[in-house]
Amino acid sequence: MKTFGGPVLFLDRGDINTDEIIPAKYLTEITKEDLKPYILEDLKLPGFDPVGPKTKAAKVIVSRANFGCGSSREHAPWVFEVNGITAVIAESFARIFRQNMFNCGMAAIELPKADLDLIFSHAGDQDAAMEIDIEAGTLTMVGNGQQQTFSFEISPFDKALVLAGGWVDYADQNY
Amino acid sequence: MGRTTAEKIFDAHLVNEPFPGTKVLRLDAVLCHEITTPIAIDDLIRRDKDRVFDPTKIKAVIDHVTPSKDTKTATQAKILRDWARRHAIKDFFDIGANGVCHALFPEQGFIRPGYTVIMGDSHTCTHGAFGAFAAGIGTTDLEVGILKGVCAFRQPKTIKFNVNGVLPKGVYAKDVILHIIGKIGVNGATDRVMEFHGSTIDAMTMESRMTLCNMAIEAGGTSGICMPDMTTVEFLWPFINGDFASKEAALADYSQWRADADAEYDQVIDIDVATLQPTITFGYKPDQVKTVTEMAGTPLDQIYIGSCTNGRLEDLRIAAQILKGHKLAPNVRGILSPATPKIQQEAMHEGLIEIFMEAGFCVTNPTCGACLGMSNGVLAEGEVCASTTNRNFMGRMGKGGMVHLMSPATAAASAIEGKIADPRKYL
Repeated sequence: MKTFGGPVLFLDRGDINTDEIIPAKYLTEITKEDLKPYILEDLKLPGFDPVGPKTKAAKVIVSRANFGCGSSREHAPWVFEVNGITAVIAESFARIFRQNMFNCGMAAIELPKADLDLIFSHAGDQDAAMEIDIEAGTLTMVGNGQQQTFSFEISPFDKALVLAGGWVDYADQNY
Repeated sequence: MGRTTAEKIFDAHLVNEPFPGTKVLRLDAVLCHEITTPIAIDDLIRRDKDRVFDPTKIKAVIDHVTPSKDTKTATQAKILRDWARRHAIKDFFDIGANGVCHALFPEQGFIRPGYTVIMGDSHTCTHGAFGAFAAGIGTTDLEVGILKGVCAFRQPKTIKFNVNGVLPKGVYAKDVILHIIGKIGVNGATDRVMEFHGSTIDAMTMESRMTLCNMAIEAGGTSGICMPDMTTVEFLWPFINGDFASKEAALADYSQWRADADAEYDQVIDIDVATLQPTITFGYKPDQVKTVTEMAGTPLDQIYIGSCTNGRLEDLRIAAQILKGHKLAPNVRGILSPATPKIQQEAMHEGLIEIFMEAGFCVTNPTCGACLGMSNGVLAEGEVCASTTNRNFMGRMGKGGMVHLMSPATAAASAIEGKIADPRKYL
């Protein structure tokens, strides 16, 4: 099982799409590792630098509604994975992106807008970090000397995929 | 209690429900292309599981970048080609026979009412036009589909769209779906099936229905679905005439997949098309739409007609009808990518290709290329494209480029004027 938690990268906009996460021109790469330099290359947000230190340090992404909309490319979760990001927290996800995350043994966690607003209040904190406990269904936001815990739900199937490390071996054994 | 089409298909294909809310379905068709499949193939080899569940149910095509533009794309094509040969996948479409997957596979008769279809491509929802449940999935789901012939889904809820009225002049399926996406938003149908009903849909050709279902994903929808009817049977007849004694018999069989009148829906949305205008996107999201009247005059650099949304024969006919006798405005360049070799050949026989070329269009081979900024028509920074494709995300057709989505008719009128233009004055 992968580990979840660490420094947070805040992406404060809804509808962040897969072309922004990894542009199509890089879909010709044959290995996941080759995608690494291109993370979020086409995302334009005030104060966001795709190659800046915050992106490099991030283990968790926090964003808004409909994260990962657009293409089915699993290159989007992969580019996060090879950059050490194994969890995305958002108000909602596009179906394919969400399933791709769990299929890779990573986590796509939905929280209500009110909880996300509280989490986003830490966006300016230098030490903003998150601890995620998949088994317990809780995440703790730490920043500016404060901490606050939120509970979340993921489906039993998605939880099993995270614990198993992905869908391929599970399916081959069971179907 | 009645059932929706998706519920009927789920019930008929259910393998098991390993966890509450998750249903594993048996698959009738696993479709593959050279962008998302090679990594699945590599992973299967690495896991010592280089097998396929049923080579007759796997269909593969090289379509996104073809003919290959460089060593990387040539390698992707080679991995898919070698794999298809290794596993005796008969329905593999290589250069000369290849075209845009969501146009090519239906044209080959591979998609039937009641089918479950997956592909590592978000626009797989197109195939729901045949009364199938067709969903785009990622590479891992594709890998499992190839290996075991199953896929796990949450049971989707269904939104029913009652689309009624006669389409006004210059208004087509593309305008209807852009209007719908504008109405419900880019996540208005997330985890939902979009079921299309009503007199407007009944009157549509299969090509128009595919255009409609193609963009379900742009509203977040899992699959678009149209009800199978005589139009579906007529389209499929060359492929199924050995299976049924008559078209009526085929219709009777396929009708089992039509939603029941008392099916329960998550939402019911009524659309009256009588007042619709040609519809165009203005921003970087497919739900940002305006009428042609509001958008007319927007300067352009490139016109692109093609893709899994609007690269079919019907689309080429409509565009050619408008372009006939006209030239591209001097400030724009035009690119036509017929979606399949068959479409390209028929367009040649009908004289459509000549009309496009006389107008000054470049006619490419069938490929996805420009639609996602991979090849054959990538935009430069700051350039603007009038496009019949399905996605206008920032940088989609090239870094820093802007895309306005529209029907082939509006694209053709815009080609003549060199700026966004109303097609109705040319009809």
